[in-house]
Amino acid sequence: MSTRGAEPAAIEARDLSFAFGALPIVSDVTLAVRPGEVVGLVGPNGSGKSTLVRVLSGVLGGYRGSARVEGREVCEVAPRQLARTLAVVPQEPVFGFAFRAREIVLMGRHPHLAGLAFESDRDLELAERALDRCGAADLAARSIHELSAGERQRIVFARALAQEPRVLLLDEPASFLDIRHQVELYDVVRELAAVERVAVLTVLHDLNLAAEYCDRIYLLRDGRIEAGGPTAEVLTYANLKRVFDTDVYVDLNALTGKLLVVPLPGRVRRSGSGPGV
Amino acid sequence: MSGRSPRLTRGRVALAILVTSLLLALALALGASLGAGRASLWTLLPGGGPASDVDRSILLDVRIPRVLLAAILGGALTLAGAVFQALLRNPLADPYVLGVSGGASIGGIVALLLGGASGTLLGRLGVPAAAFAGALVSLALIERVATVGGRLSVYTLLLTGAIFNAFSAALIYFLQSVASLEELHGIVFYLMGRIPSFALSELAWLGGAVAATAVALTAMARDYNALSLGEEGARQLGVDVERVKRRTFVLGSLLTALAVSVAGLIGFVGLVVPHVLRRLLGPDHRLLLPTAFLGGAGFLVLADLAARILVAPNELPVGVVTALVGGPFFLYLLRGTTREHAGR
Repeated sequence: MSTRGAEPAAIEARDLSFAFGALPIVSDVTLAVRPGEVVGLVGPNGSGKSTLVRVLSGVLGGYRGSARVEGREVCEVAPRQLARTLAVVPQEPVFGFAFRAREIVLMGRHPHLAGLAFESDRDLELAERALDRCGAADLAARSIHELSAGERQRIVFARALAQEPRVLLLDEPASFLDIRHQVELYDVVRELAAVERVAVLTVLHDLNLAAEYCDRIYLLRDGRIEAGGPTAEVLTYANLKRVFDTDVYVDLNALTGKLLVVPLPGRVRRSGSGPGV
Repeated sequence: MSGRSPRLTRGRVALAILVTSLLLALALALGASLGAGRASLWTLLPGGGPASDVDRSILLDVRIPRVLLAAILGGALTLAGAVFQALLRNPLADPYVLGVSGGASIGGIVALLLGGASGTLLGRLGVPAAAFAGALVSLALIERVATVGGRLSVYTLLLTGAIFNAFSAALIYFLQSVASLEELHGIVFYLMGRIPSFALSELAWLGGAVAATAVALTAMARDYNALSLGEEGARQLGVDVERVKRRTFVLGSLLTALAVSVAGLIGFVGLVVPHVLRRLLGPDHRLLLPTAFLGGAGFLVLADLAARILVAPNELPVGVVTALVGGPFFLYLLRGTTREHAGR
């Protein structure tokens, strides 16, 4: 990561603010994600994480400040151009008609196709490979309505892969996944960053996944960035206590050398046995 | 459709279009051949048997234009229903749900009451023209109301449409209550939906307008697939959602307006046909929209044939036939699909 400073940011927000009516949701956020980086967005419920992701993905207009993807302001780029660069895994995907899982993944090719065009053999191959990488090949022929929440989440992630993005925005992509699929998903994310130099910004609630997989973390509270920097420097007891207003035990994972974060139950806090680190 | 190719191909769409076209041709031939008198397509062919001038005239001046008009209107209504279903992500939407039909009905009824019922050319075309004008006014009004902060809101659109329809219905009841008995009869028959007589030259204009609109709508087929993932989901896949929504509302409403202006309110075609085809062929709009257009055309030709021959020598309003057939059939289908759409 020594070259980080030299490379231009793939995602860049500067003094970015967004409000629903008079209610400010995101306030003066400045952040950057460079190609090859996996950056975590962590914060309590209602801290503005999803809204920030939606603004950066170009679906919410009327923000103040600057939100750029590969140097272009997201509200000024044509949707199709943006979608060729940027893929999004939303927190709550919507599925209208009963498409099959494979058809949903093929929709990732939409921005790359012209007019009424039909998907080519290569498009199909990309979709199959994406399904494979998400361990979802056996779901391909199933109707999306028949799948469980976790299975759908893997299909939506596969769709984002099929889009061949250079920038990836993930909004809690693993919230419904079992531990095996959580790890597999973030392994793919790391691989995308390392091999294809994809820039990844991901919202996550699981602080241990964040500690394990993110190069850097931004802590968000009330729409503002409270702390930002290398994961080990941000996920401290003091920061987490301040942002989440709850006590945690922070230690080192002896096996991976990364941080280990355990929220403490109320009775431990009351007994005063004291938080660690 | 088990064992189908894992992706939709041009060939599959072409095959489906070919099959539905053949079915439509069959329906057209049946529609033109059956009915009062012995006129049939057969007698038009050289050496096809003796054809009296009366038979020939029935066929060329009455039956063929009527069958073609039924096809045009059936296609228009079904396509409008299919694209509104895509726009609203709801398989229960029909061409009338967004409200233009209300404006069209009022325009038509006002023209009827102002004396357009007479058999003159002005009277015959005056009612559709007034209805179409009413539809355009309501279209503009609805679009204005449903545009919030420069964006067309689908929820507001749906609510506005519902309110517009309710308001129009009240206005129609009002007009009916002040109309004379004879006028009332005219209004009721106008609203029930029937296929009128048009000259072939007039049909060419109508058919051209419907075909152009249909092509413009079908060109957005892939966008409708993406729209199934919600407006934000579609936008994140590169769809210019605002443009697609506005075009769909305007073009779908124009198709509906044309159909209602010409033939009154023919129900269920635009609801049932896309629904059946979605079950048979899957939800991909590249396959659904063209086959819905052709299938809807064939369906209305057959419904109109039934309307003509079931109680001959009298005639049923075709809207009654489509509702009597479509209603129960739709309920039957719905029982099988409730589970499928539960996840919506």
